[in-house]
Amino acid sequence: MKNYRTKIISNQEISPGYYRMRILAPGFSETAHPGQFVMFRVQRSLPPLLRRPFGIFRTGFLPADCDGLPPKEFIEIVYKVVGRGTTIMAELHEGDKVELLGPLGNGFDVPSCEGERILVGGGIGLVPLYMLAGVLVEKGCSVRLLMGGRTRDDIFAVTEFERLGVETYVSTDDGSLGEEGLVTQVLERKLQKYPNAEVFACGPMPMLCAVRNICKANQTPLQVSLEESMACGVGACLGCVVKGAGHTEERPSYLCTCKVGPVFKAQYLDWQALAQSHGCGGCE
Amino acid sequence: MSETIRTTAKKPNMAVEIAGVKLRNPVMPASGTFGYGEEYAPFLDLEKIGAIVTKGLSLKPKAGNPTPRIAETISGMLNAIGLQNVGIEAFIQHKMPFLRTVNTPVIANFFGNTLEEYGEVAKRLNDIPEIAAGELNISCPNVKQGGIVFGTDPVAASEVVALVRKNLQKPLIVKLTPNVTDITVVARAVEEAGADAIACINTITGMSVDIHTRKPRIANRTGGLSGPAIRPIAVRMVHQVVQSVAVPVIGIGGISRPMDALEFLIVGARAVQVGTANFVDPSVMQTIIEGIEEFCIDEGIEDIHDLIGSLKL
Repeated sequence: MKNYRTKIISNQEISPGYYRMRILAPGFSETAHPGQFVMFRVQRSLPPLLRRPFGIFRTGFLPADCDGLPPKEFIEIVYKVVGRGTTIMAELHEGDKVELLGPLGNGFDVPSCEGERILVGGGIGLVPLYMLAGVLVEKGCSVRLLMGGRTRDDIFAVTEFERLGVETYVSTDDGSLGEEGLVTQVLERKLQKYPNAEVFACGPMPMLCAVRNICKANQTPLQVSLEESMACGVGACLGCVVKGAGHTEERPSYLCTCKVGPVFKAQYLDWQALAQSHGCGGCE
Repeated sequence: MSETIRTTAKKPNMAVEIAGVKLRNPVMPASGTFGYGEEYAPFLDLEKIGAIVTKGLSLKPKAGNPTPRIAETISGMLNAIGLQNVGIEAFIQHKMPFLRTVNTPVIANFFGNTLEEYGEVAKRLNDIPEIAAGELNISCPNVKQGGIVFGTDPVAASEVVALVRKNLQKPLIVKLTPNVTDITVVARAVEEAGADAIACINTITGMSVDIHTRKPRIANRTGGLSGPAIRPIAVRMVHQVVQSVAVPVIGIGGISRPMDALEFLIVGARAVQVGTANFVDPSVMQTIIEGIEEFCIDEGIEDIHDLIGSLKL
């Protein structure tokens, strides 16, 4: 965990509204774990004031130059332009200075591999699943990725996931790519076929709620990666807390998404409270 | 390219004293923005800052407010955390062992739900020899009981300060709210009741609405505004308090750069606290300390005390 004052290597739109930013980050991959995140700051610009949390898409090395120096290490984040901060980010170029705090938080608990692993990603929720898929494949797991989005614009990096050796299934609400409908319909079918699978999910709260309900009904182990607004990313501001399972007024349980999460085992969370604070219903 | 040659490159004296607590420099975190110190150890040298100020502590653990708890606004942030904390016993057991290893004064921020609880926490602090001072919070805008109820009424403020003063065998700093018509009235009241120092300002009550959902952006409806947006208000209030009390004043409010801290020192704050800026840049306090030193060198100031209260009117 370090505060990098560093530079952008590249920043490209990979699907309408979605950008991939590659940032120089020496030593980052040594400690980075799938599901962790970074706090990103457009250097010295104000507003926005606070950093923004972004999932790590992947880490890697640039091909070595002939200068005799070690290969340069980078991380990639993928972000969707939604507000002021990401609008500014989309206008950044190679060589622009940025600040990066990370890797932060607790990522996915990667099991020793026997059996099926099903990853469910909705839109920008696909981001933390790439590193996870890589690690799972490396461990010899059989990995299936269910990608969901409103339209085909929300589906990205399909080829890259496939190159890892992951079987991908695409569904969109409007049928503009893959199957028409919700990603959770695909999940229900897959769980019938692979009843002993373990599920890893990241996406909007209504999707996570539906995934949770399905997994609970099937007694399927589930890990979810949450997104909450946060100010510090290191467990100091207590702004990003979520209620833990068994939370009561008398015995409160608040968990920092930045420190205990962002990845949680589903059974440790209070899903009704989560759904309520995100303005969606139907969570058990 | 030419390098600046400094003729008075001697490092200035940065040490100050607040109510008998010796600080190596006048920069410390604001309570609630620095956890219990340990959270920031990976990012800055805790032995380079003036003091560590803990998250507000209460007699029993406190759950805090429902979420969402924070929202960014222009050059600021609203928060309604609700004083979530581990409670004084867990603090002693789990947080003090780390803090004991750090050679920097620890100031314990504390509060109570009732007058009695304020008194009890103060007593409990006496049992921790490594706590250099207590910072009494009578200014949190986000909880119904305690906090601001005491801080907006000079009579109630005076009552709680007097009780805590009696119970606490350590220097007592009292942290004031800006959410009053005249902060000097409360400042004088707490000074008279026995405060050894005054810290101000806490956050300013604010509100923000999501125009699409038409709901408040934080669950508590209102929250405390902090960050650069509030700095001119804070400088004004610190100036007013400095003019009206004799005890040392710690300036707080929107400090994120060395020049911000300098403004507070010039109007007469003997030390400053850095809050929201810690979230933006976890090593910002070191930058601020170095910047103050550099400013002193450039201006030929050998002792920080020559800067403190040097406002020209």
